[in-house]
Amino acid sequence: MKAFVAIAIVVAALACVPVFVHSNVVLNFLVVTLMIALAGQGWNILGGYGGQYSFGHAAFFGTGAYTTAILQADYGVNGWLGFAAGIAAGAAVGAIIGGLAFRAGLRSSYFALVTLAFAEVLRILASVAPITGAGVGILIKLDLRAQAFQFQSRAIFYLVILALVAVALIITQLLERSRFGVWLIAVRENEDAAMALGVNATAIKLGAMIVSAAITAAAGCFYMQYFLFIDAGLGYGTWISIEALLTPIIGGVGTVFGALVGALMVKSLGEGAKLIAGDAPGLDLMIYGAVLVLVIRYAPRGIVGALADIYAHVTRRFAAPRKPAAEAAHG
Amino acid sequence: MAEPLLVVENVSRRFGGLLAVNAASLTAPAARITALIGPNGAGKTTLFAVISGFLKPSAGRVRYAGEDVTGEPPHLLARRGIARTFQIVQPFAGLTVRDNILVGAHLRHRARPAALAVAEGIGREVGLGDVLDRPAHTLTVAGRKRLELARVLATAPKLLLLDEVLAGLNPSEIRDFVPVIRAFCARGIAIVMIEHVMQAVMSLAAHVYVLAEGRVIAEGTPGQVAADPAVVEAYLGRGAAAQLRSAHGH
Repeated sequence: MKAFVAIAIVVAALACVPVFVHSNVVLNFLVVTLMIALAGQGWNILGGYGGQYSFGHAAFFGTGAYTTAILQADYGVNGWLGFAAGIAAGAAVGAIIGGLAFRAGLRSSYFALVTLAFAEVLRILASVAPITGAGVGILIKLDLRAQAFQFQSRAIFYLVILALVAVALIITQLLERSRFGVWLIAVRENEDAAMALGVNATAIKLGAMIVSAAITAAAGCFYMQYFLFIDAGLGYGTWISIEALLTPIIGGVGTVFGALVGALMVKSLGEGAKLIAGDAPGLDLMIYGAVLVLVIRYAPRGIVGALADIYAHVTRRFAAPRKPAAEAAHG
Repeated sequence: MAEPLLVVENVSRRFGGLLAVNAASLTAPAARITALIGPNGAGKTTLFAVISGFLKPSAGRVRYAGEDVTGEPPHLLARRGIARTFQIVQPFAGLTVRDNILVGAHLRHRARPAALAVAEGIGREVGLGDVLDRPAHTLTVAGRKRLELARVLATAPKLLLLDEVLAGLNPSEIRDFVPVIRAFCARGIAIVMIEHVMQAVMSLAAHVYVLAEGRVIAEGTPGQVAADPAVVEAYLGRGAAAQLRSAHGH
């Protein structure tokens, strides 16, 4: 229960931002940051809780974006329906890639490489296939009505992406406390030991991949509604795979708030650096690299993990009475 | 008489040119402790891996509770009630002791409160009650062995395969551990244990199989096995055999 209260407080605090902030630049920054956070939340289910490090979450992001784009541009489907279809298509691609990779028993770096390869294959296909607009990409018509899932106001877009992030937070929290989540974490920690305890590791990983893909695909669908344009490099490019994995790793891998904290931190640093150094190309990537090195060196469980460790240390120090006898008996 | 809970029939397992297990047969009845002893490299752990589904046998059959379960994957065998520990303990290092046991408890209890209650009860039963909130990687070797046992017990097994749970423990820790194993046997669980600590085997096991170079070279009560010249030659050595015999009044 406490955990859901924490989610409610964080979401409520973020929801108040448009009341005070009217700058479109700032709101645009926050919308993009939350969109990256959502993609990272998807990655975190599979990578953070399941220990399966995907380097190809662009496959799901792009599939979500392209699915809703094609449905709206070529078939006149409603934006909300396109959104749902995009999530479903992303989940299906997750099921296919996961089914192939996990059945083949690919683990750790082999799994990472295979996911990267799938995303690259999709990027190349999207850059030549007529249905994805080949090299030109797809533009969907400006139609600023809520029924079409487009909004005049940045603030509304902000609240929509915040709601999606909130749903992902709740899904993650529910997962953490469920049997599925406990088994998923067990698979991350030691797959053989988990199997010996009755865990069907392949099925658990596949389930996590599908949920993970669906959430990241939702971020892709949102991208489409917000920018109204997609091409192969934007949809399936490695940039989004990297953002989706960096944000939870920096924020706190395998924690509920990890991706959100990571996205806010990384994006703020990137923007801050741009303000100071001007729009030097690649500067934000250098910042990511430096932050990543520091986090992995000094806080391997990310910012949230480090804070949790400090909190636990402090409460143990001041709150709990010391029990030297019990410690000695088992220490 | 009904068939014993576990029946292993002529199981062989080949790794390339190496025949690790060669037509080994054994049975393990409920509520009994059966020991599997033999020199290093005899194929004991390989045989466990075949019984628990981690390896498929090259030949032979494994029957459990009257059914042929040969080649079933480990998670289905665990659901049937076959649990194994690992020779090299495999805790979920980043999780607390409670969460480690919880993974096993969830096999029979979907709901979190019920599974947590089972996990905590078993944690206390094996003597980990005071350290339930500690991360597993902070436990001592003895603590990790207890945790390994607690985790599999949480799956409510009918057949428990213990792979050297006493190895690495000092004599006083072994003395603490033996009654725990005995208590679970008394509850009706069939236990098969691979063990090098012969004193424990002599005092715990009702029946002993001796494996050497993949074959069962002897079986019988601990006393019979310790007196068998083939076992003395292949595994025990003359001095240890004499000691064990005198300790058991032969």
